[in-house]
Amino acid sequence: MLESVTPLAASAVALAMPLILAALGELVVERAGVLNLGLEGMMLLGALAAFATVAHGGGLVPAILAAAAAGILASLAFGFITLTLQANQVAAGLSLTILGAGVSAFVGRQYVGFRAPASFEDLPIPLLSKVPLLGPSLFSLNALGYATLALLAGTAWFLYRTRAGLALRSIGESPVVARSLGLHVSRVRYGAVAFGGAMAGIAGCYYAVAQFKMWQEGLTSGNGWIALALVVFATWRPLRVAFGALLFGGVSALGLYLQAIGVQVSTFALASLPYLATVAVLVAISADQQMIRRHAPASLGKPFHDDS
Amino acid sequence: MKLWKSTIAAAALAAGLGIASAPGDAADPLKMAWVYVGPPGDGGWTYAHDQGRKAVEQKLGGKVQTSFVENVPEGADAERVIRDLAAKGNRAIFTTSFGYMEQTLKVAKTFPKVEFYHATGFKSAPNVTIYNSRMYEPAYLAGIIAGHVSKKGVLGFVASFPIPEVVRNIDAFTMGARSVNPKITTKVVWVSTWFDPSKERQAAETLIGQGADVLLQNTDSSAVLQTAQDKGVMAFGWDSDMTAYAPKAHLASCIEIWGGYYTKVAEAMLAGKPLKSTVWGGIKDGMNDLVSVNASVPDAAKKMVAAKKADIVAGKWAVFQGPIVGQDGKVIVPEGKSLSDQEIDSIKWYVEGVEGQLPK
Repeated sequence: MLESVTPLAASAVALAMPLILAALGELVVERAGVLNLGLEGMMLLGALAAFATVAHGGGLVPAILAAAAAGILASLAFGFITLTLQANQVAAGLSLTILGAGVSAFVGRQYVGFRAPASFEDLPIPLLSKVPLLGPSLFSLNALGYATLALLAGTAWFLYRTRAGLALRSIGESPVVARSLGLHVSRVRYGAVAFGGAMAGIAGCYYAVAQFKMWQEGLTSGNGWIALALVVFATWRPLRVAFGALLFGGVSALGLYLQAIGVQVSTFALASLPYLATVAVLVAISADQQMIRRHAPASLGKPFHDDS
Repeated sequence: MKLWKSTIAAAALAAGLGIASAPGDAADPLKMAWVYVGPPGDGGWTYAHDQGRKAVEQKLGGKVQTSFVENVPEGADAERVIRDLAAKGNRAIFTTSFGYMEQTLKVAKTFPKVEFYHATGFKSAPNVTIYNSRMYEPAYLAGIIAGHVSKKGVLGFVASFPIPEVVRNIDAFTMGARSVNPKITTKVVWVSTWFDPSKERQAAETLIGQGADVLLQNTDSSAVLQTAQDKGVMAFGWDSDMTAYAPKAHLASCIEIWGGYYTKVAEAMLAGKPLKSTVWGGIKDGMNDLVSVNASVPDAAKKMVAAKKADIVAGKWAVFQGPIVGQDGKVIVPEGKSLSDQEIDSIKWYVEGVEGQLPK
């Protein structure tokens, strides 16, 4: 039994990793009171930058850096429009998604049709990787997977255990009060947006260079939107993001797993399972009226200018 | 998702029309246009059609002028795109996805002088001609190789939607493998999408986890093949030659070849006699094939593939020729009989050796 469940756990974890990366970035952005719906676009740009880097013989570390840089550039454009020019964040975020999809598809044409010359391979940790169930799923990740776990811990620590994290959270709750305390609202928000961009870019790098090892138009296939939903799903808490991502990964892997072992279920029902599960949890969360309201950053999505 | 897709389509349309409306010379070239469901860079289905379009350009150079619109969603948008292409003076328009069927027929009514060619559909009209390819033939040949190569006797198939076109490819693949090793079984995982590399990869990993050591897919990306290479099992390319994606795991590719057909259509049109009959071509017609067989495939398999291919080309043998035994062990097609094209086009059953139930 355990032996046949292990591949299921392993594929749930593998699917969860890029979602955790992107959702963690967005979580920090939203905690600072900014809503960036451009996750999918930034992920695609990051994926392309990473793939182009390895395709030109750049190696893996430069690929991560290129992906992060592409995400940061795109997010700063978003930041300029929404934070400096005070444009509507929803519209700007959606435009960023469209832009990222279009630009990556256009520039990516030349990379279609061959395999990444370098890619992140699984690095099993000696001894630990022999532990049943957990070994093959948690202790046989690739370098980016381990980095994701570190970033998860780091983000949680930053938000709740550091002064800067406290400042960021307070800006998300009330920029007016935060400013009256002498905090630079725009500067912090720019920083948060750039961090979100970098994380989305690295998530894209995960898809292109660790998971698919190729370039294909639209290769993130809507996972940016799932990551966005995960942030709400997790009520803006880093560890719950990880939990949600694992749940989502597990449920999507389960549908295929049941088919392969010959359980007789409608494939259409199985395909909608992850989304049904998401809806179910969201309903459960909203059943408690206060849940979302209490946890959502109070200034989320509202423009704020330092001079106001 | 929908939003950006249609935006891209609109942008692509503008670009496509730019080409289509370029001023003609004194001797006006024949204008032909293609409507693609995906990007030519998908490495599979649309890529194969675009190769076909390029083949026409290469062969007929100055006599024809081709253009295409990519990423056209199936549905209302498609009608607008097809109508615009017809209005811009294209004399032949190829709509290359099943979901363009109704839109093609609708536009064809208002443009009786334009010839429309619809891939994989089943409804025709005086100026709408259907063309399709018998991919189950290369799928059977792939099965023969899989039967020789599989050590565990378990094959995996990543399938898109439970429609006859896909079901018969699963059947053909399994029959091919069982003609070598009658004990072989095929596990099927349905992903409910044509193109989603992440899901296709997951499905492949699941199948490998359940013991499958040779995979085939009826989806549009190369993800299954690449997963096979990562996990140390073997797999095939589909629609286009996918050797480059995973040279170690790649056993062979079942490819679509549209260039010959498209060129024939263009030549007939230039001669003033447009082709009007439904074409459902296979290996014999040069519309598909099994290519780029890996050097590691045993000679016995290569010989058997060559022999079957020769039989298909000579018309001596057909994939859906009796005896064919169904999943429950009952004979579906008795010896000496074979299925008609119409019957092949409505297959909704698994043959013996396929595991699981066909989704209804």
